[in-house]
Amino acid sequence: MSLDKSEVQKIAWLARLAIDEQDIPSYSDELSNILSLVERMNSVDTDGISPIAHPLELPARLRADEVTEKDQRDHFQEHAPLTESGCYLVPKVIE
Amino acid sequence: MHQSTLAQLSAALESKQISSEELTRLYLDRCKNFNDSLNCFITITEDEAIEKAKQADQLRAENKHTALTGIPVAQKDIFCTNGVKTSCGSKMLDNFIAPYDATVVEKMNAAGFVTLGKTNMDEFAMGSSNETSFYGPVKNPWNTEYVPGGSSGGSASAVAARLAPIATGTDTGGSIRQPASLCGITGLKPTYGRVSRYGMIAFASSLDQGGPMALTAEDAALMMNVIAGFDERDSTSAEQNVDDYTKNLNNSIEGLKIGLPKEYFGEGLDSNIAKVIEDGIKELEKLGAICKEIELPNTELSIPAYYVVAPAECSSNLSRFDGVRFGYRCNDPKDLSDLYTRSRGEGFGKEVKRRIMIGAYVLSAGYYDAYYLKAQQIRHLIRDDFQTAFKDVDVIAGPTATGTAFKLNEKLNDPVSMYLSDIYTVSVNLAGLPAISIPAGFVNKLPVGMQLIGNYFDESRLLNIAHKYQQATDWHQQIPEGFE
Repeated sequence: MSLDKSEVQKIAWLARLAIDEQDIPSYSDELSNILSLVERMNSVDTDGISPIAHPLELPARLRADEVTEKDQRDHFQEHAPLTESGCYLVPKVIE
Repeated sequence: MHQSTLAQLSAALESKQISSEELTRLYLDRCKNFNDSLNCFITITEDEAIEKAKQADQLRAENKHTALTGIPVAQKDIFCTNGVKTSCGSKMLDNFIAPYDATVVEKMNAAGFVTLGKTNMDEFAMGSSNETSFYGPVKNPWNTEYVPGGSSGGSASAVAARLAPIATGTDTGGSIRQPASLCGITGLKPTYGRVSRYGMIAFASSLDQGGPMALTAEDAALMMNVIAGFDERDSTSAEQNVDDYTKNLNNSIEGLKIGLPKEYFGEGLDSNIAKVIEDGIKELEKLGAICKEIELPNTELSIPAYYVVAPAECSSNLSRFDGVRFGYRCNDPKDLSDLYTRSRGEGFGKEVKRRIMIGAYVLSAGYYDAYYLKAQQIRHLIRDDFQTAFKDVDVIAGPTATGTAFKLNEKLNDPVSMYLSDIYTVSVNLAGLPAISIPAGFVNKLPVGMQLIGNYFDESRLLNIAHKYQQATDWHQQIPEGFE
């Protein structure tokens, strides 16, 4: 498996990561090497084996649909880079 | 005093041989004196620690204490600590003051532990050498030209250098056990779900598990008694009853059946390490254990499967870092997508970006079945290998790591070689099993750890075997030169 420049750029965009143009060749090499390692998985036939996501295969626990959290907006927004009147500020999206 | 175990410190506090404030100041002085050379702390919380120690002395005076009230601890900087910077080793969270305590921290505070500070770690726990930290590499106290292992390298180095009597770590693919092995301390990765993940910054949620990094198995048991247990705030927390982990420490291990996986002693293992582990196993046989060879045939596949599952989950978990609600935000974003991509591109280091990109790729349209689904099927095979083995044996023993600590920068630019060194640890996380690494000897003056893997929720037995081994050996009592 070998990833070319356009594939690296596409993956970086999917992951919303700005990467420097000059770093693309090293990402291309390193990611290709990692994917080659990963492809060793193909040495075993897994037809009919069920996939497991939780090691103990326990179902996710459900809880009653009750309000348990108290409003801590101001407390949490102390850590936000930019807020105004209780809202998080981002660059204008709709002209 | 700084060479003492938790049990000894507890006795010293109880007999008023020392106060918590004196003890805390003693460890704080060591932290400050040695942090320049070892870099194991990102933050030292001196004022808070002294305040908490004074409260502990007050509680002891009023007879309202637990056995551990007033004992110092170092917290890995992946655990949220209310009002204290929690960076996860990343520039992304360099400005993040956690607004709440992780369950592990809350429980330790309630038991009376005094937090000395937050330990350095690989960025977002991604690394096996503690070199990916935004705050610079941690050094191994046994030789400061060498890495301490990772990702809980700061905790391992701090405990080995006796800058803290005990510390927390987290283990996603070996991040407690491998640094414990490389620094010559005891590190336990509990069963998945045994210790709450609430407030522990997520890397790969189906693999992450917090646990103790200590000088002895007995100390690890004492900490497990505090941190283990069900937490409704963690949806994958196990509802199983919690053992008293100190209760069985002194049980005889006569007749214990130990499996030795032939895949763990084959090529890839340094022959000097193999010798140390074989000697360790002989010691267990002297204590009455019976060893037999077993097979874990899919061991080789654990690395490729892990490097699909962990990056996939990391790419999903780390999507929360977007420059909007908390953490790093780039300057002058020109639009929303520029805000996202530059905040993330500038805030994350290279290894984290590599893993996020691998994760985004394996989860992208058209590749899911070939990578993620395939990895989850292999995960099933690996778990079944262990379950087959546990029909025949009580525990599995082998090396923790393929070698001793390596030199700083030696593997930094070769991620695949770094990944391959996790071969004996990652399958345990994929299967969700508990495992412990204990000091078993030295090669070229660097420590070697022996790993014991147990069946689900069998931490008590692992601690029992480790304790009996430590009663018969003194590897865990060795102290690196200059830190006596």
